[in-house]
Amino acid sequence: MSNPNPDLKARVEELANTRLSDCYQCGKCTAGCPRGDVMDVPPTRIMRAVQIGNVEGAARADSIWRCLSCLTCSARCPKSVNVSGVIDALRQISVENGYLSASSVKITEFQKSFLRNIRRNGRTNETEMGVDFEVRYFLRRFDVMNALNTAALGPKMLTRGKMHFKLGSPVKDKALVKRIFEKCGVEL
Amino acid sequence: MAKIGVFTCWCGENIARHVDVEAVSEAISKLPGVACSMNYKYMCSEPGQSLISEKIKELGLTGVVVASCSPHMHLKTFRKTVELAGVNPYMVEMANIREQCSWVHSDKAVATAKAIELIGIAVAKVRRNAALQPIKVPVTKRAMVIGAGVAGIQAALDLAAGGVEVILVEREPSVGGKMAGLSETFPTLDCSQCILTPRMVEVGQHPNIKLMTYSEVEKVDGYVGNFKVTVRKKARYVDIAKCTGCGTCWNACPKKNKIPNSFDYNLGNRGAIYIPFPQAVPARPTIDADNCLRLQSMKKGKELCGICMKNCGSQAINFHDQDELVEFDVGAIVVATGYKLYSIGKEQENPNIKGYGEYGYGKYKDVIDSLQFERIISASGPTGGEPKRPSDGMTPKTVVFIQCTGSRDNAKGITYCSKICCMYTAKHTMLFKHKVHDGAAHVFYMDIRSGGKMYDEFVRRAIEQDGALYHRGRVSKIEEITVDGVKKYRCYGADTLAGEPCVVDADLVVLACAMVPSDGVTKLAQKLSVGYNEYGFLSESHPKLRPVETNAAGVFVCGACQGPKDIPETVAQASAAAGKALIMLSQPYLTREPEIATVDEKLCAACGACVQTCPFKAITIEEIRDRKGNFIKNTSRVNPGLCMGCGTCVSVCPSKSVDLIGFTDDQVYAELESLLA
Repeated sequence: MSNPNPDLKARVEELANTRLSDCYQCGKCTAGCPRGDVMDVPPTRIMRAVQIGNVEGAARADSIWRCLSCLTCSARCPKSVNVSGVIDALRQISVENGYLSASSVKITEFQKSFLRNIRRNGRTNETEMGVDFEVRYFLRRFDVMNALNTAALGPKMLTRGKMHFKLGSPVKDKALVKRIFEKCGVEL
Repeated sequence: MAKIGVFTCWCGENIARHVDVEAVSEAISKLPGVACSMNYKYMCSEPGQSLISEKIKELGLTGVVVASCSPHMHLKTFRKTVELAGVNPYMVEMANIREQCSWVHSDKAVATAKAIELIGIAVAKVRRNAALQPIKVPVTKRAMVIGAGVAGIQAALDLAAGGVEVILVEREPSVGGKMAGLSETFPTLDCSQCILTPRMVEVGQHPNIKLMTYSEVEKVDGYVGNFKVTVRKKARYVDIAKCTGCGTCWNACPKKNKIPNSFDYNLGNRGAIYIPFPQAVPARPTIDADNCLRLQSMKKGKELCGICMKNCGSQAINFHDQDELVEFDVGAIVVATGYKLYSIGKEQENPNIKGYGEYGYGKYKDVIDSLQFERIISASGPTGGEPKRPSDGMTPKTVVFIQCTGSRDNAKGITYCSKICCMYTAKHTMLFKHKVHDGAAHVFYMDIRSGGKMYDEFVRRAIEQDGALYHRGRVSKIEEITVDGVKKYRCYGADTLAGEPCVVDADLVVLACAMVPSDGVTKLAQKLSVGYNEYGFLSESHPKLRPVETNAAGVFVCGACQGPKDIPETVAQASAAAGKALIMLSQPYLTREPEIATVDEKLCAACGACVQTCPFKAITIEEIRDRKGNFIKNTSRVNPGLCMGCGTCVSVCPSKSVDLIGFTDDQVYAELESLLA
């Protein structure tokens, strides 16, 4: 058993509001997962790792970032375990503890850009969010090829009307949006 | 002049699909001796049977051949039909043209030709059949139950309640068996002693039950309904009629608490004069001759100690007690000898089985088997129910339970599943967690087999509510380590669900060992002519339809001597065995099929080949004397009560003087001639 951590295990149970020992490893969550084919550690294995206390191992898995939170696993679980909630909890623990994986940087940056965009405008502006995300991601990874490929997409999207040059277009009650973010305690 | 009626069945489409039944009937009608050849869609149905009886009456048939399914299926049916029509039931033969013909052939022409040949054989045989009468055997209305664990107790109580006198034979000083030593029982966690001891008391007091404790079956003679069983009543050195069970003797014994108590699987101690546990029935002591100072000194011609005798107020102790042989006439025998745990250590009695050297059982004091753990957590056990480990009495915080120790291990020689270990291990984890709240119970398992009412729920409860930690995988080895001056046992296991090795440092390791038949069961089975498998589990007559009968008529089996099983199943089987024995004993006499071996005493040279070969000990060498008592010759003679009609004697007889009634050489050769003609 690598790095069993009972405190973190209890935290997962609390965050996901589910009892980990309920899982009897039938594999139905993995069987029905639409992203199961691209996961390094499938949901059943994630559940087992958390069950035996290896929360860090589970939170370092790339698959928790591949999860779409479609909730199929939780809906179909014969023991009503909140598998999706467990994965959500692991993502939170991963961010809090700085456990990185192959996809985690890109996905967390994207989510941060999205939320930043909402906080500012109250709704998304694709162009603004896209630029924000790509610049910040480039600054973290300096992935030139990725930046050039994404930049090449820009003109195509503009010509097809998927993106506009108009910045902003915020909602009227921006104070309300601000209050929501304050209440949720989101720090970006 | 034989008049044979042949009745060919279509069996709906079963036969008719691949056999041209009309053509068969036509061909058979031309055989010599065949008076009529008919066919019908379902010969076993009411109209089919009527057809047979009408033809018997109309044509005065002397023999009948039914060409249809296997005789296992319908021979009894057609014998009854024929008997009701006034013909001896043994004048019926069946030709199996379904299982042995239509079901195994697809070429209709070939199948039809084969059906004609099969029926021809039966016609040739039935022409030589003789009218037979079933054998009537008297019955002794008394039963013997061997083994007084929960199975034997249940069987004895049921038989006694049915009004039959029961001799209950138990090898140990007390009844109760393995169940008396258990702590609590799954899936209800009710205390084993609380549910068993009232029944132990009942067998001790029941007017129809004669209890023979500390006794073993020495010899079995006779046959179904009329067994003669010799029981060896081992010297107990205590007259249990005089003894009051006051306890003065075992408290005064200088060896008190110095001899390992086998009832506690050597975890607790007793004296040389002892009762195995306080609730024993009979609650009378026994002297362990190997450890008694007086009895040992008597061997050397001295008379040491004797403190128990001096203290006994009722003068119940007799150091000159001897083994005693007691003979009983019984009609039925129920075998309930139970199980023991497979010995885990390297040494094995059975050369085909290997031990688990890698688990260090016997070397490490805190690696124990499951029955020892039962004693440790039992309120009546040597620790009074406090979970303490044997080496230093420390309360274990981390316990590792290893399932399938011995079971399902081809390399060690036991391939079967012992069936109850999954359940009792779940129970062990619960009982441990109920007593040590901050303890960790790790279970290594391969599969969890918890079929049964409320069984799977029980296992899930152990995992979900009591927090037992289950790891799918076996433990490869155990080694002793010392952590901060405390002995621990490092278990190298695996968690295949997590896909990684799993190492646990345990304070106590409990091995869920395979169940094997108790000592001496194969010798007993040989005395009773009951079959057993390679492991020594007794063989039932049919795994589904005759689960408590054996191939030895009048001998029934129940409980774990027949195969691994839990308490509910054992009790159900014990009641079933008692029920079957009661059915047998309620008959005024027993009827047996007359197809048994018979000896032509004029020809027999009394060479004894048949006596040697008979698996049922049904043949004996007897003297023939004339009226004046002058010896003429020896001959072998078949006991009709014992013979099962297997025919082995016929094949070994060098002078061809044994024949099997109903399957005589004459009949068999006629069948062969018909086939080769």
